[in-house]
Amino acid sequence: MKYKSQKVAYWFFALSMLLLSLQIIYGFIMGFAHMGFDNLHDYIPFNTARAVHTNLLVVWLLSGFMGAAYYIIPEESEQELVSVKLAYVQLISLAIVGVIAIVGYHFNYWEGRKFLEIPRPLDYLVVVNVLTFLGLILATLFKGKKRTTTSLVLTMGLVFAALLYLPGMIWFDNQTMDSFFRWWVVHLWVEGVWELIMGGILAFLLIKITGVDREVIEKWLYVIVGLTFISGILGTGHHYYYIGVGKVWLVVGGIFSALEPLAFLGMALFAVAMYRKGEKKHPNKLALNWTLGTAIVSFVGAGLLGLAHTIPQVNLYTHGTLVTAMHGHLAFWGAYAMIVFSIISYTMPNLTGRKLYDTTTGNFAFWLSNIGMLGMTVAFGVAGVAQVYLERKVGLEFGDVQKEIEVHFLILVTCATMFTVGIGMYIYEFIKYGKPNDEALIAGKDQS
Amino acid sequence: MLSKSNAKVFFLGGTVVTFAIFLGLSWNSLSNDVPEQTHEENLTQQVIHGKEIWEQNNCMGCHTILGEGAYYAPELTKVYERRGEAYIRTVLTSTAPWQPRGRKMVAYEMSEEDANNMIAFLKWIGETDLNGFPPEPDLKK
Repeated sequence: MKYKSQKVAYWFFALSMLLLSLQIIYGFIMGFAHMGFDNLHDYIPFNTARAVHTNLLVVWLLSGFMGAAYYIIPEESEQELVSVKLAYVQLISLAIVGVIAIVGYHFNYWEGRKFLEIPRPLDYLVVVNVLTFLGLILATLFKGKKRTTTSLVLTMGLVFAALLYLPGMIWFDNQTMDSFFRWWVVHLWVEGVWELIMGGILAFLLIKITGVDREVIEKWLYVIVGLTFISGILGTGHHYYYIGVGKVWLVVGGIFSALEPLAFLGMALFAVAMYRKGEKKHPNKLALNWTLGTAIVSFVGAGLLGLAHTIPQVNLYTHGTLVTAMHGHLAFWGAYAMIVFSIISYTMPNLTGRKLYDTTTGNFAFWLSNIGMLGMTVAFGVAGVAQVYLERKVGLEFGDVQKEIEVHFLILVTCATMFTVGIGMYIYEFIKYGKPNDEALIAGKDQS
Repeated sequence: MLSKSNAKVFFLGGTVVTFAIFLGLSWNSLSNDVPEQTHEENLTQQVIHGKEIWEQNNCMGCHTILGEGAYYAPELTKVYERRGEAYIRTVLTSTAPWQPRGRKMVAYEMSEEDANNMIAFLKWIGETDLNGFPPEPDLKK
């Protein structure tokens, strides 16, 4: 690393890893419940496990993005963070808000709106927290010597993500209105501004790893985030097909959702092309694996698996079934979990000075987690398609269908175990790196 | 060949244009479609209280409504039509976990008033025009 304040990133990554571990535990509780083993029902009913699982995902990804920003912005703008102390305050308050929310979910303290379960009073704390974070990033950026496209795109993604949290805080009496604006947060986050954050981090990594000229990489970054917004904003329509709004969304949502994979395809081609073009072969092979991996798996998970599901005639049958969970898992894994893993794998040797560039554990972590997640996606897909056919076409009762598909959750849990072993190895390696230190700082300065 | 500034114009221009269209379509939907398709005139205090109870208990954490939520328990948009008032009341006021096919629901032990509010909410939502969702099972014998 080149700037002392970049060390803050480590603690955000550590929080990410901790919350991810918890997220996986709650995932298992749900997997077993779907198999018919709901022994924890009295203490952790399904709706608690579900809220904890999805909210931990959001918080650990955000913590990862924040860590990434704290590492990237100083380096790109050639300026120490304006206040390291405030960054630690922000980290601790993020952890506290997260813990209160998660504990609250076990005592019926929540808002009961998918993905936005955090109760209202805590929402205000989230806002203060995010404003502190943005304040630090923006102040550093403006004080800095350079304003690169990469850092601007990343910052823009973070600012928009904060703004888009607000429509989710308005109360509506009408369930349809409530749902309409809930998607302004959830959809425009994951299929809009989060892709800006992902694109920004990806561009930074490609510049560092491949050594391709910054101007070339940043030009394509603009094209990709352009495609993301052009398809993704009107693609919100695929959430409006069947919730009580006009039929115009069937047409608009259908067409623009079909374009959404283009942005991901662009991202995959871009990463692979830059890797092939690059003359510099960075020794950090694990970071390269994760970087190319995120570009490719996000295209499959978010792009392709979303595509069929968003055709209105198909969605009429698959809407509100396990098919959504199939798409959701590989999409979040490929696009967002893997980009966080990429930036962690790239930054850890720079932060700690330990060069674990191509270890057996690290490689196993990459392959086991990816194959495990692919297996889970297939299991969800088979269960989902069977559910759609038996429930929506044949007209069997929901509960009878669930009994029929229990076996697929056995496969799901098996694949999830493989995934968990992979994640466990990744976290083991993360711990093995140790804490960031100043010797790494000197080494980083020598390199530049 | 595409230059970096062309690419920037593509990004900024594309974003502004599509976002403007999105806002226009949203405005149209919210001011015309939603009041008509959801029968907003029937949105009584009882229905609104029902929605509050729905959210306070995170019913969406297991069920879906309007096809949205979790996939652990039945879709409830048309439950009023499918099961009727008495069945819903029994489930909501039950003191033991409801488990018709082995899968347990939390025993909410609701008061008569809360159950009535929930029933009003579920009745109202069942009347929403959802562009054909949920589909009729066409292979049903």
